[in-house]
Amino acid sequence: VDWDKLVQLLVNGVTLGSVYALVALGFSLVYGILKLLNLAHGDVVMVGAFLGWGILSWLGGAESPAVAVWLLITVMVVGAMIGCGFLGVAIERFAYRPLRRAPRIAPLISALGVSFFIQNSVLLLFGADFRSYDTDFLVDVDVGIDWGPLIVWLIRLVVILAAFAMMLGLWLLVTRTRLGRAMRATAFDREAAEMMGVDVDRVIVTTFFIGSALAGAAGVLIGLVFFQINHFMGFNYGLKGFTAAVVGGIGSIPGAMFGGLLIGIVESLSVGYIEDFTGGRLNSAFRDLVVFSILIVFMLLRPQGLFGKPEVKKV
Amino acid sequence: LSEPQQQPGIGVDQWVADSEARSRTLRGRAVELYDRTPAVVKLLALAAPFVLFPLFVESGYLMQVSIDTLVFVLLALGLNVVVGWVGLLDLGYVAFFGVGAYLYAALASEYAGRHWDAQWALPLVVLSTAVVGFLIGLPSRRLVGDYLAIVTLFFLQIWLVVVLNSQFTRGPNGISDIQPLDFFGHQVTTLDGSYYVLVGALLVVVSILYLVNQSRTGRAWRALREDELAAELMTMPVARLKLLAFAFGAGVAGLAGALFAAQQGAIFPSSVAIPLLITVYAMVVLGGAGSIFGVIFGAVLVNASLEALQTPENASVLFFSALVIGLALVLRPWWRFAAVAAATIVFGIVFHAVAGWLDPSLTEGTTVGGARIDDLVSHWVILPEGIVTGDGLPAGPFARLLYIGLVAAVLGLTLVRNRLWRDVLLVPTAYFACVVWENIMLPQPSVSRFVLIGAMLVALMAARPEGIFGTKRVEIV
Repeated sequence: VDWDKLVQLLVNGVTLGSVYALVALGFSLVYGILKLLNLAHGDVVMVGAFLGWGILSWLGGAESPAVAVWLLITVMVVGAMIGCGFLGVAIERFAYRPLRRAPRIAPLISALGVSFFIQNSVLLLFGADFRSYDTDFLVDVDVGIDWGPLIVWLIRLVVILAAFAMMLGLWLLVTRTRLGRAMRATAFDREAAEMMGVDVDRVIVTTFFIGSALAGAAGVLIGLVFFQINHFMGFNYGLKGFTAAVVGGIGSIPGAMFGGLLIGIVESLSVGYIEDFTGGRLNSAFRDLVVFSILIVFMLLRPQGLFGKPEVKKV
Repeated sequence: LSEPQQQPGIGVDQWVADSEARSRTLRGRAVELYDRTPAVVKLLALAAPFVLFPLFVESGYLMQVSIDTLVFVLLALGLNVVVGWVGLLDLGYVAFFGVGAYLYAALASEYAGRHWDAQWALPLVVLSTAVVGFLIGLPSRRLVGDYLAIVTLFFLQIWLVVVLNSQFTRGPNGISDIQPLDFFGHQVTTLDGSYYVLVGALLVVVSILYLVNQSRTGRAWRALREDELAAELMTMPVARLKLLAFAFGAGVAGLAGALFAAQQGAIFPSSVAIPLLITVYAMVVLGGAGSIFGVIFGAVLVNASLEALQTPENASVLFFSALVIGLALVLRPWWRFAAVAAATIVFGIVFHAVAGWLDPSLTEGTTVGGARIDDLVSHWVILPEGIVTGDGLPAGPFARLLYIGLVAAVLGLTLVRNRLWRDVLLVPTAYFACVVWENIMLPQPSVSRFVLIGAMLVALMAARPEGIFGTKRVEIV
């Protein structure tokens, strides 16, 4: 066994997985409360990546940043979170709220329209070229952990830690605060929560803000680790985020976290080994095939996901 | 005590009770006439314009566009089964179009080395895509909407990956020597021939869909769309019905793909992607999901608009007429529309003059549109110099902020409750929209048209989810 390669792939997988987990969390939160598949979530990630890139160029670019690097990254993440948070609130207000009593398929089609609108608006304003974060100018590639086979570049470490810090924060918010209790109540039974005096509209708006802010942060983290962003990147991250949420158990926070890590690691390992296992017949582009099979296996054997409870239909 | 209201007696349907009064209005009589017309006559009436169309058309370009439109009509009809009748969100739908096209290429092309006749190849393609559809639907947990959406969306992604990277499909190069349809040794090579083959396919599909919709299965589909639980309690095999619909839609998409590949003589991975998916959804939803006529109308309308929006010459004409028609429909009675339109024109003239006086460079740009309306409008909207670069992209943050500002303004306008204020604020917003169109959207018409499609879907869902010809549905809670 080539340990160096395996460890490196695992590190890649955890990095990718923590980003997927952030995307899956936002998706799962919204699904938990509205029972709505927010198909525009991936595009919010993309907008976050562009906001981060905009802030980076505005503050002098990666080669000659105007402020200290740690401050720059913080400003990028926070800026993208706020921007995307408001974008999410706007999406909820204008595309989903008018349809809350409509047949189930109507908000989904509306979401499809929002996704397409955002994607093509960014294409219209920024063009189809890839934009680069140039993180290797920002943070020295040699700095980081170097323990035998385990080599982690500093920026990856930062990204993984930031993602997990946000997940922990979210978990505390949902389990320990008044707002979190209102969110759980709304997710459990919206009408009953409303009758108990929970301001459901506010809870929904807050949920969208938090979920989209996490997506925005994920967008910046993606740009920092993988450098390249473009208008179409949201599709892939949205798709993997949905898959992670389904595999982990839709609506469950630890589920989204583990689902994200699982999908990230599976994807990374299949990039590394798919050629060896298939004798070169399939190249690394087929990694999505492996992830898709995981999704199908879960659908067949454990449709409620890792941490989900089987849905009981109330009549 | 108030007067007792005139209501139908208990046990009498409101609709039946009203029928007398309804049949006296012009619209009521038209509906009655439509209802009494036999289906065969309706089908013939529907087919007549399609059959007669080529007699009046000389240009090959227009013929080619019509053929593409018919392919889209076929595609939209298949999606209508899944989305309109059963209410399932199938986001991988266009992948079946690709499956059909590549399967046909595998059965009849130089590259594959097989030359099947169309009468054998087409049914085989339809059957195989239906089976693929069935298999894709199978694992989705009882085919509940959202799980199905994720699995099918992922399936589309897998399809793209496989087509782009596998040996057989020749990756991004596509397969380009597909032979034309060959019925019992008669090759269909002319544009007119392809057109009539498609019209024939359309007639067959429409008839089958009509009959299925009238049948036991069709009723069951609509029943489970309205209330799945109730349908299940009525002992309908819900999962099987859904899979059937799914396979049905996939089969129609496969047929459309095969006909498309045969007509084009080539198929590329880029033909099947997200824009195609959204376009087909827009067709079904705009025309009215669930109504065969509505879907055909929607497909023709959307495809014709998309085609017209591709060139700057026609794009502006379409945009401004859509703007005027849209405003006229929203602003009723007519004098409201007249007032807003006049105010917008005056506002524009004043704004243009003031802006030109303050900073001449704001009005010295040139329009890229070639239509006469653009010449006219260029003296009315401000055209800042150098707002876009040579390739049509916005040159600086100002142009991007202008666009984002317009989106915010339009969204904000929908929140204004007071009707008078809304009309007043509509004036600068409409002018603003024209400025953004001329300066930012017109230089890239092929992107702008997709922006408009996306916005149209959202607006349609909020304002009229049943589309133009659909029937209004009420969610029973």
